[in-house]
Amino acid sequence: MKQVFAVLTVVAVIALIWYAACVPMNIKGVLSELERGGAEVQPPTASARRDLGEFGLVTNNTFAIPAAWEQKKPRLPSPHQVVIELWETTVEKNITSKRSLIYHGWVTLSATMLGFVIGTGLGILLAVGIVHSRVMDLSVMPWAIVSQTIPIIALAPMIIVVLYSVGVQGIIPKAIISAYLSFFPVVVGMVKGLRSPDAMQLDLLRTYSASRSQGFWKLRLPASMPYLFTSLKIGIAASLVGAIVGELPTGAVAGLGARLLAGSYYGQTVQIWSALFAAAILAACLVGLLGVIERMVLKRMGMAQ
Amino acid sequence: MNTESTTQPVIEARQLDLTFQTNDGPIHALKDVNLTIDKGEFVSFIGPSGCGKTTFLRCIAALETPTGGTLTVNGMTPDEARRNRAYGYVFQAAGLYPWRTIAKNIKLPLEIMGYSAAEQEERVSKVLELVDLAGFEGKFPWQLSGGMQQRASIARALAFDADILLMDEPFGALDEIVRDHLNEQLLALWARTEKTIGFVTHSIPEAVYLSTKIVVMSPRPGRITDVIDSPLPKERPLDIRDTPEFIEVAHRVRDGLRAGHSYDS
Repeated sequence: MKQVFAVLTVVAVIALIWYAACVPMNIKGVLSELERGGAEVQPPTASARRDLGEFGLVTNNTFAIPAAWEQKKPRLPSPHQVVIELWETTVEKNITSKRSLIYHGWVTLSATMLGFVIGTGLGILLAVGIVHSRVMDLSVMPWAIVSQTIPIIALAPMIIVVLYSVGVQGIIPKAIISAYLSFFPVVVGMVKGLRSPDAMQLDLLRTYSASRSQGFWKLRLPASMPYLFTSLKIGIAASLVGAIVGELPTGAVAGLGARLLAGSYYGQTVQIWSALFAAAILAACLVGLLGVIERMVLKRMGMAQ
Repeated sequence: MNTESTTQPVIEARQLDLTFQTNDGPIHALKDVNLTIDKGEFVSFIGPSGCGKTTFLRCIAALETPTGGTLTVNGMTPDEARRNRAYGYVFQAAGLYPWRTIAKNIKLPLEIMGYSAAEQEERVSKVLELVDLAGFEGKFPWQLSGGMQQRASIARALAFDADILLMDEPFGALDEIVRDHLNEQLLALWARTEKTIGFVTHSIPEAVYLSTKIVVMSPRPGRITDVIDSPLPKERPLDIRDTPEFIEVAHRVRDGLRAGHSYDS
């Protein structure tokens, strides 16, 4: 109960700041619209209003404040506008509709999941190689680190263009971009996890004359599980970012990235914000789901107390 | 079996030398170590830190490779002896796998060595009974006290029934009361199984109470300064520690430790 109260308090404070920010952000547009509609605004000319500044406009035209929360194309939409848009485009729209966020979310989610599976598999394989081979440790790790220093926004169009020229399009390029982002945390976490058994644990296996593969399956792999789940949570959020970024340069017609793009073309800020929130909610659900799986697996393994 | 193999020592070290190469130059961990351990003996290694007692035990287990001299275990090189499952090793920490139950932890060496499932079950219940942990098969390590965890790790070392049990300060991290109890249990276990035990400790009463032979060592370079054959009877209640014989042996160990230690610095 205390926790719920704390969360609600934070949400309320954020909403309050948000509503407050909407007023100066939107006041200019609101006043122009009101003037066109025949209302008296202070100062009356557009150039004078430009010189006055947002806060001056607000104090001169306090009657216009409620209108700042109800604009059709505001600079900053107010929270309830975003919530209403989210509601209308998820619950009230048929999911086959091109305006349904569920439909767009599913398009992005499928690319995210495919990319996440590829990235996780690749990450685990690389980590196993790095732990078992000194050559791979010295050669692969630097490249893995370098790969993450290239801004994905610069790389994504190239990946899409190159793949398109060899005839690969659709979900695959997006999945590859999201795999590119998600393999790295998995490599780093798994390497740390597979190396987590201490010298004594390794000595113990030596006293049994255990083989390397026995050491891997019986000691290193189970010991790495908590590390794996931590990296998976980071990896899946990165996967979602990758899938959305992968939708931007193609001018994709479907997906949360496409919604963001279309929103910015037509100045539909409410649509942009609701797509952003949909992405955030989706990421939270995915991370939450992994958290549940983590608890179940670790509990089954006896590692959660 | 001929008579020669029955009189053969279980562990024999001749002029054993071990030098570690470190960044600060070579460290002479063992110098000229000569020791014979016969079957069924309980041998304690005692000395200040850096005297090479653990290193010597690790040499027997083929976890370290001596740089000079000879060392045989059951008449074989330590490496061969390990492959023949000559010993079980108990470390300072219990080191049980947190994701395995106690029974599964004890099965670990059995799985690696390829015992059948039925035999694994049988051996687990046998060794759990030996260390007085019957009924704890299904518990996870964190559900057990430190002393119980260390007993489980001893059971794990006993599971494949090696003739030799090597123990590296197994009770070092436990409190005095638990330690007394475990010492008593260890003696009972030794009497029942007739294993040869190598036991590293830095506690004089523990060494004297447990051992038939006490090896006193001193550091820089690590070497043996005294080997004491205990006159105490095999049957040892805890209050044997108040008898004059016990005190006399303890005294001799203390003298040996003092002689090996240079106080001129």
